[in-house]
Amino acid sequence: MLAVIVAAFLAVPMVASPYLYTEILIPFLILSLAAIGLNILVGYCGQVSLGTGGFMAVGAYAAYNLWLRVPELNNLIVVFLFGGLMAAAVGILFGIPSLRIKGFYLAVATLASQFFLDWLFARVKWLTNYTPSGSVAVGKLEVFGWHVDTPADRYLLILGIVVVGTLVAKNLVRGHIGRSWMAVRDMDIAAEIIGFRPLRTKLTAFAVSSFFIGVAGAMWAFLRLGAWEPLAFDINRSFQILFMVIIGGLGSLVGSFMGAAFIVLMPILLNQLPGWFGIRMSTALLSHLEFMVFGAMIVFFLIVEPHGLARLWAVAKEKLRLWPFPH
Amino acid sequence: MLGPFLETLIGGLLTGVLYSLVALGFVLIFKASGVFNFAQGAMVLFAALTIARLSGEIDGKEVHLANFVVAAAILGVAVAFIGWYAWREYIARGAGPGERRKMQVLAAVGALVGGIAAYSYGKGAWPLWLAIAATAAIMGLLAYAIERLVLRHLVNQEGIILFMATLGIANFLDGFGQTLWGSDIYKINLGLPKDPLFLFEGVFPGGLLVDPGELVAAAIAAGLVVVLAIFFQKTRVGRALRAVADDHAAAQSVGIPLNTIWLIVWTVSGLVALAAGLIWGAKLGVQFSISLIALKALPVLILGGFTSVPGAIVGGLIIGAGEKLSEVFLAPILVKQFDLAGGGIENWFAYMLALVFLLFRPQGLFGERIIERV
Repeated sequence: MLAVIVAAFLAVPMVASPYLYTEILIPFLILSLAAIGLNILVGYCGQVSLGTGGFMAVGAYAAYNLWLRVPELNNLIVVFLFGGLMAAAVGILFGIPSLRIKGFYLAVATLASQFFLDWLFARVKWLTNYTPSGSVAVGKLEVFGWHVDTPADRYLLILGIVVVGTLVAKNLVRGHIGRSWMAVRDMDIAAEIIGFRPLRTKLTAFAVSSFFIGVAGAMWAFLRLGAWEPLAFDINRSFQILFMVIIGGLGSLVGSFMGAAFIVLMPILLNQLPGWFGIRMSTALLSHLEFMVFGAMIVFFLIVEPHGLARLWAVAKEKLRLWPFPH
Repeated sequence: MLGPFLETLIGGLLTGVLYSLVALGFVLIFKASGVFNFAQGAMVLFAALTIARLSGEIDGKEVHLANFVVAAAILGVAVAFIGWYAWREYIARGAGPGERRKMQVLAAVGALVGGIAAYSYGKGAWPLWLAIAATAAIMGLLAYAIERLVLRHLVNQEGIILFMATLGIANFLDGFGQTLWGSDIYKINLGLPKDPLFLFEGVFPGGLLVDPGELVAAAIAAGLVVVLAIFFQKTRVGRALRAVADDHAAAQSVGIPLNTIWLIVWTVSGLVALAAGLIWGAKLGVQFSISLIALKALPVLILGGFTSVPGAIVGGLIIGAGEKLSEVFLAPILVKQFDLAGGGIENWFAYMLALVFLLFRPQGLFGERIIERV
């Protein structure tokens, strides 16, 4: 584990190109953090949410407003934390119905937050500093005097945040609070009877999850996009993150990374594939085919291993441990 | 004041009927198999695209030859498949050799008809009724493929996994439909009257403005609901469907074939999608955004309850009316009060409305009471 982190900090900057940073590594890391956030809610606490994009938008725009209106605090760590905290507050608000609504009813109810937040950032002018259609831009990013300009710098900053976030998440889910989430997930009535308070358990899950998602949203906006509009966080983003969680494996942090890698890499691969075989296609046809293959791959992976890549990984590790003498 | 209010209300109710049509497809599948089928919107788009391209004027410039070949092949396969399936069903029931021959002939005829149909399509567009019939066949084939390739492998999985699988199917169908038929905006000409209708001119000054096309659409939807209700309540298959919905294991143990039932349910909801696609397509034109009406149908669904056909209808009416009324009467107030950059609250108003209802009845208005045990 440590080796991977060290390699990511030291070895990757030696070999990576700007394309690799901006198109693969940065999206992968940021969306991994978002996937971890959603996984806490869906995989550990069992509350299906389709509002991830909305919470990312809250993180992004809250961070933007702090960055814009309080120039003294022009420190990305503070800005991102603020974005996360605001997202957590909104998450708690939209988590309240989960006390009464369950299952798919809740999933659809969380769409309310998605559409409402989309609308909010498109229409309420103050939040987007009176720019047309809510498209805003940021520049001059720094952390304690360190200017984060090149893709390599951004990568290192993101990597740092994601590593810290993952460690926090790991410790949370292993501790008392994580166990209470899992108890509620496995059977909420039983959990309530043995003394877990559903209000606190579910709302902390919503808060922690939204915090991670909000930080990821702020990073996505500041470090990946630089200039964005509410459309960057629409419902497709929600589904994308949910795909990562499901494909990676519900209730698995390493699965969140795998799912994110899969979902980030696959469209790029699909895009390149015809070129490698020398087939030329119109972009429209290519994007339709991409949809098709993407959908088919999702179904395929669900059939092969409904518990996600994390389970496949665990099984492979088990097998390799005994290999070549399995008996 | 009453005049515009009623006008908006009627417009909303008529749109609501169309929402319930989409919601109905969701309910059918959820009831019978517990699958939350997110692909319903994609199915609507697919059906609408198919009808539009089969019946539409063929304009050489925009149609690829490859599309024709693939479309023709699919049509042929669809019809041939139906013949084959009917034949196989008869075999399974232990039909005698005479009947077997009959079914073989039927399958051959099916294949022949499919081939001729495909060929004649290559020559020019079809009349609407033929296009609808062919699309119905294709929806049946689609249902079979989904049951065979996806659902069968995911038996006994958790609801969320099945839901994800339908998201995958939705992605696939969106891409497939547009690869096959192209992604321009197409028209479906149902021959609906276009001139606005004025009702109660004696009661209100200027009367009430109603779109007759929407009236016809609402009538079709209502007819469809009645047919479905009869199908569920009175026929043998309908009874089997309800049995499966009640308890999978019990239904299986009395000899109801689960896979066949799922096939039927998906076919029926494919047909409902066809009807929805037909009406929406005639109203708005066939384009990608049609698949997004699934998102409009979701609040209808949670409002009415996942398991209730009347719930889908009533929910659709409430959402349709609420959405239009809020946009017309509430949005201007909000815009003025909070200095917004335009209204557009109908996107989330339906969800909020449904959410408020849910807080009082977590299973929706007509849903079955959720009983939880440890």
